[in-house]
Amino acid sequence: MMAFVDSLHPYLIALVRVIIVFLGLSLLVAYLTYAERKILAHFQVRIGPMRVGPHGLLQPIADGIKLLLKEDILPAGADRWMFWLAPVISLGAAFTAFALIPFGPNFMVAGDINVGLLFLIAISSLGVLGVILGGWSSNSHYPLLGALRSTAQLVSYEVALGFAIISGLLLAGTLRMQGIVQAQADQGVWFIFWQPVAFFIFLVAAIAETNRSPFDLPEAESELVAGFHTEYSGFRFALFFMAEYAAMILVSSVAVTLFLGGWLRPFPNVEALAFLELAPVAVFLACAGWCFKEAVRFPRGLEWRWQRLMLLLLGGGTLLVALGLLAPVRSEGELTFPVLAAVQGVFWFMAKVFGFLYAFIWFRGTFPRYRFDQLMRLGWHFMIPVAIINVIFCGLGIAVSKELHWPLWVSLWLATLATLAVAAALMRGTELNSR
Amino acid sequence: MTLTHVMFYGIALVAVVSALLVVTRRNPVHSAVFLIVTLLSVALIYLQLQAEFLAAVQIILYIGGIMLLFLFVIMLVKLDVATRQVQFNQQWLLAGLVVLVLLVEFASVIYVGRRTMALPQAPAGALPPNTELIGLTLFQNYLLPFELASLLLLVAMVGAVLMAKRS
Repeated sequence: MMAFVDSLHPYLIALVRVIIVFLGLSLLVAYLTYAERKILAHFQVRIGPMRVGPHGLLQPIADGIKLLLKEDILPAGADRWMFWLAPVISLGAAFTAFALIPFGPNFMVAGDINVGLLFLIAISSLGVLGVILGGWSSNSHYPLLGALRSTAQLVSYEVALGFAIISGLLLAGTLRMQGIVQAQADQGVWFIFWQPVAFFIFLVAAIAETNRSPFDLPEAESELVAGFHTEYSGFRFALFFMAEYAAMILVSSVAVTLFLGGWLRPFPNVEALAFLELAPVAVFLACAGWCFKEAVRFPRGLEWRWQRLMLLLLGGGTLLVALGLLAPVRSEGELTFPVLAAVQGVFWFMAKVFGFLYAFIWFRGTFPRYRFDQLMRLGWHFMIPVAIINVIFCGLGIAVSKELHWPLWVSLWLATLATLAVAAALMRGTELNSR
Repeated sequence: MTLTHVMFYGIALVAVVSALLVVTRRNPVHSAVFLIVTLLSVALIYLQLQAEFLAAVQIILYIGGIMLLFLFVIMLVKLDVATRQVQFNQQWLLAGLVVLVLLVEFASVIYVGRRTMALPQAPAGALPPNTELIGLTLFQNYLLPFELASLLLLVAMVGAVLMAKRS
């Protein structure tokens, strides 16, 4: 029995990390829906949710409670077990993959296993099973069509995504997630500057993989009602919804790790920019300042009293966090627990991820939806060939720089130019918008 | 009896039970889902043996690729016809006989090799990165067979596209 208890030990730390990441992620997903509504509203010259809490800050919580309390409808003739299982698979796959994301130099849920990125792709590719099973088990036409479309789309764009990742991996030379970040620190450059084509393909394929606009055909409202989750209601619908947003955060995290230097701060090798390490404090201070400003600006009156109180509390909280970050915990003159250094990695990682998420929402507010045949033609006739050619040229570039002792960036940029030339020729050959 | 053992026996049990369910379910979609569960449990066992590459490839290829296409095809089939068809035929006697022979065979193998049969242990610590080892083996020792196999796959793919275009 003792042996059994002893064998539990290595799992305890991991369990704590799982709980932290799970809770943080759930909160992030909830507030991502808020951010999306707010940002889209401002794009469209509206103000978005304003009523629940100051500036609608409690809206996601109200939405969550609403979805939780709603009636859970099982459509007639639905396959009960599969109907139940589908959202669980989707959410499970999306959340599990976060075990392999390096949030900071020493904050990862699972260990830094040597096939990290491959494993991440494997787990996240399970999510499509939830979509296809959900669409099938609803016993309804729109979900079935949505699921078929979704599967075809995901399978097609997974190829381009894979090839884009391979181009990045050629530079990193390892599949370990921390190793990829370390490679960018060692070479002193984010891989986006050496592999812009691969980054672009990754971005487009990632949007398609997460069913986001302009590739949100599986949920095209005007054609398919709500696509594969038409028949879902209440909390099961919420699970699908959360899975979609978690998948967005996931692909953003992978893009950040592979192309944008993960948890490294901008220009990690330039000493003169070391003041950037104070950025977390600045952000929290700015938040606190905004809260206080808004609290003062609110009109006088009884109905605004609670909102003002909440804003003041929020401002005070963020101010405390900012001061807490600054506080050096010293004992006998030694810096024993440098708070600011400890959150540094996580801060930059999340800042880059937020940048990506903003871009996702931005695209949704900007581009009109593709037609299904346009989507497929773009995927198979343009993205995949360009991705393959990019891998070949990138490999050639690395080989040339090794054999002829050229600087790596020269050969890689030549390779990129060659890829762009081929892409331009392809673009002329396939008329993407014809018919 | 450590947690590792508990996990192994749990995973193995899930793999075997869901493999049985694959055969006995009437609804082909349920069978496919249980097959996915079996494949996943096998991937977990690979992971426990520190064969991470194998585990990842098992999930990507079998579940993300093959099983997905299975489901895709099954969804387009009329299921109410399939569920009413006869699932098992009446050759219990023959099947039982074959099973008996197989059982005796396995038992005799275990009996003969009982002295040398220490179960292989996963080595302590991390193995050398198995992705690199597999890559080196494929591209150094077995380059020609590897290229031939990929050529074969290419031919099959082109053939499939040609057949689909013709009809």
